[in-house]
Amino acid sequence: MSGPALLTIEDVVVELPTPRGNLRAVDHVDLSLGAGRTLGIVGESGCGKTMLSRAILQLLPKKAKLSGRVIFDGQDLVRLNAEALRRLRARGIAVVFQDPMTSLNPVLTIGTQLVETLQEHLELDAAAARRRSAELLAAVGIPAPEQRLSQYPHQLSGGMRQRVAIAIALSCEPKLLIADEPTTALDVTIQAQILDLLAREQRRRHMAMILITHDLGVVAGRADEVAVMYAGRVVERAPTPALFKNMHMPYTAALLAAIPKIEAAPHTPLAAIPGRPPDQTRPLKGCSFAPRCRNVGDQCLRSKPALTTAETEGHCYACFHPLKISAGVSA
Amino acid sequence: MHGNPTIVARDPLLKVENLVVEYPIGARTVHAVSDVSLEIARGETLGLVGESGCGKSTLGRAVLQLRRAKSGRVLFDGADLTALQGDALRKMRHRVQLIFQDPIASLNPRRRIGDIIAEPLVIAGVKDAKKRRELVCETLSAVGLDPALVVGRLPHEFSGGQCQRICIARALVLNPEFIICDEPVSALDVSIRAQILNLLEEMKQRFALTLLFIAHDLAVVKAVSDRVAVMYLGRLCEVGPSAQLFDKPAHPYTALLIEAIPVPDPDVRPAESVAVGEPPSPMAPPSGCRFRTRCPRADAKCAAEVPELRPVASGQYVACHHPLI
Ligand SMILES: Nc1ncnc2c1ncn2[C@@H]1O[C@H](COP(=O)(O)OP(=O)(O)OP(=O)(O)O)[C@@H](O)[C@H]1O
Ligand SMILES: Nc1ncnc2c1ncn2[C@@H]1O[C@H](COP(=O)(O)OP(=O)(O)OP(=O)(O)O)[C@@H](O)[C@H]1O
Ligand code: SF4
Ligand code: SF4
Ligand SMILES: [Mg+2]
Ligand SMILES: [Mg+2]
Repeated sequence: MSGPALLTIEDVVVELPTPRGNLRAVDHVDLSLGAGRTLGIVGESGCGKTMLSRAILQLLPKKAKLSGRVIFDGQDLVRLNAEALRRLRARGIAVVFQDPMTSLNPVLTIGTQLVETLQEHLELDAAAARRRSAELLAAVGIPAPEQRLSQYPHQLSGGMRQRVAIAIALSCEPKLLIADEPTTALDVTIQAQILDLLAREQRRRHMAMILITHDLGVVAGRADEVAVMYAGRVVERAPTPALFKNMHMPYTAALLAAIPKIEAAPHTPLAAIPGRPPDQTRPLKGCSFAPRCRNVGDQCLRSKPALTTAETEGHCYACFHPLKISAGVSA
Repeated sequence: MHGNPTIVARDPLLKVENLVVEYPIGARTVHAVSDVSLEIARGETLGLVGESGCGKSTLGRAVLQLRRAKSGRVLFDGADLTALQGDALRKMRHRVQLIFQDPIASLNPRRRIGDIIAEPLVIAGVKDAKKRRELVCETLSAVGLDPALVVGRLPHEFSGGQCQRICIARALVLNPEFIICDEPVSALDVSIRAQILNLLEEMKQRFALTLLFIAHDLAVVKAVSDRVAVMYLGRLCEVGPSAQLFDKPAHPYTALLIEAIPVPDPDVRPAESVAVGEPPSPMAPPSGCRFRTRCPRADAKCAAEVPELRPVASGQYVACHHPLI
């Protein structure tokens, strides 16, 4: 990645107390992201994608234990006080969740929610804030924005609600937008519209974005870089073209292979990954993917593979027996 | 008139004729399923796709008579289910089962897995407890679960994928002929999704099942279906053999659904805004073709006349005034 990073995450660990013992949801993660760039974070349910984004936002559950550093725009967020954090969240980092109802207030109109956010953070007067709200709704593709301002979230479709949540997130001109499965709950046609919208606004605002999903198909055409997570760890990270050309982690390849291919003939058996991710309150001694991995060897059961740099710039993987590194390919 | 006599499946097990299902809401009406006709051959998997709210689940529930149709007929193995009541309907229902989208929510959290799977047997009048236990164990093994480790436990002790296996076992235990799978993998991860789809295919072969497979993910539907039916706002747009329909879609809506599938290849740039607009309200569907408010080919005829389903290619039918082929 070129240029100074907007966001750098160093050695972040998130632990959650559970009745079964401590659960390590995020396990020594390092990442960095430049201004205006998109990082895709991919992995199965429970691998820690949301906990990692909540660690960046400093919005972890109360009982959670966080260690490591989250440096945004030169400041370590882990060490900021509550007031500084509030300001930063308002102007620097915004978030869009899978379920837009988690960020929308069901008893307030769309207009009230937008106007309040704008007035609080941009110090606009009421009339200017209302004008700006309508502009924002128009920008996210909501027809008849003036009328929509007086509607409540439940009066809108799921796709429209997600557009409103995006409008609110964009209203404060953030430098970084975290989109946590923003389209998982939506239909394919609406999914494509929302992803297009995010890409367009990102380009226009030169905003950085973290796009979280469990679908490699979603990040393929839309992220500059991809980090694959498994059981709390980043197990492979690379510029998107390099990753798809030359996957090193058996897990990444298995995730890709499991997707039904539109060009495959009907009734072609799918390449399922056997088993399921490990219980993170009972960490394995070796590689956490070992019980499901085809390439597993003795060493995999004895020790954890560290994230190592591959031959291509910016490509790292954590595996003792990486997939054949195809000759002559360079991204 | 009886539907579209042209869409004839060989040896149909299920025939849906001119089915209309509506939900009254106050003084208004949700037109959930409007004049839908289709057939499913014995041993066939028919995939049913369409956006949220287009009426897929309503159609499935109306086939099972869990929601009574306003008009139209549902013929299962020759018998009109819409005319059946009480015992006769209950008997027929043993031959038809339903699998839901949310596997965890569809299992009673306070009952043990063994009892959950035995329940259909109890309802069907299998009085011999030993026989019931045998059938439960056989079915659990068939779906890849170890009966000894599973029967005594509660649903919350299982993952989503395991719960879906349990639901499949519950649907199979009465040895049905026909299963309606209503978004059986939508709530699951890619990796577990592939496991469950493979399992459904295997069960279909092993138990000689006929399936109606409902989903909103076209790639998933193609993976398991012999034929695919595309629905939009309560009406059928297109029906045809899976491979053919994906290769040469005839309906603009089918083409749009195919284009919107994210492709896991960074060299394939996602087409910008292939899909414009959102589906209109099913309480006030557009006149003529219901897709016309989002269709790039729409003209005056599309607003004036409802397009009838008609053949465009071998086995492929489309309801469109200006089809793509
Ligand atoms: N409040 C909580 N208390 C305890 N454990 C939690 C809590 N929230 C999440 N977890 C656990 O932390 C781990 C990581 O969860 P996280 O929500 O980050 O996963 P995810 O990758 O976002 O999954 P999904 O794709 O399902 O959203 C999981 O094992 C989860 O069960
Ligand atoms: N019990 C009900 N009362 C009133 N309206 C209903 C009821 N059930 C469904 N509807 C409406 O009927 C229409 C069809 O709904 P249905 O659940 O059949 O769609 P679907 O295609 O299964 O959608 P999804 O993909 O979201 O499951 C929708 O507009 C829905 O809001
Ligand atoms: S380290 Fe071993 S078990 Fe882990 S992914 Fe690599 S080959 Fe598989
Ligand atoms: S009938 Fe007209 S509006 Fe409907 S799909 Fe065909 S061209 Fe489009
Ligand atoms: Mg999450
Ligand atoms: Mg449904």
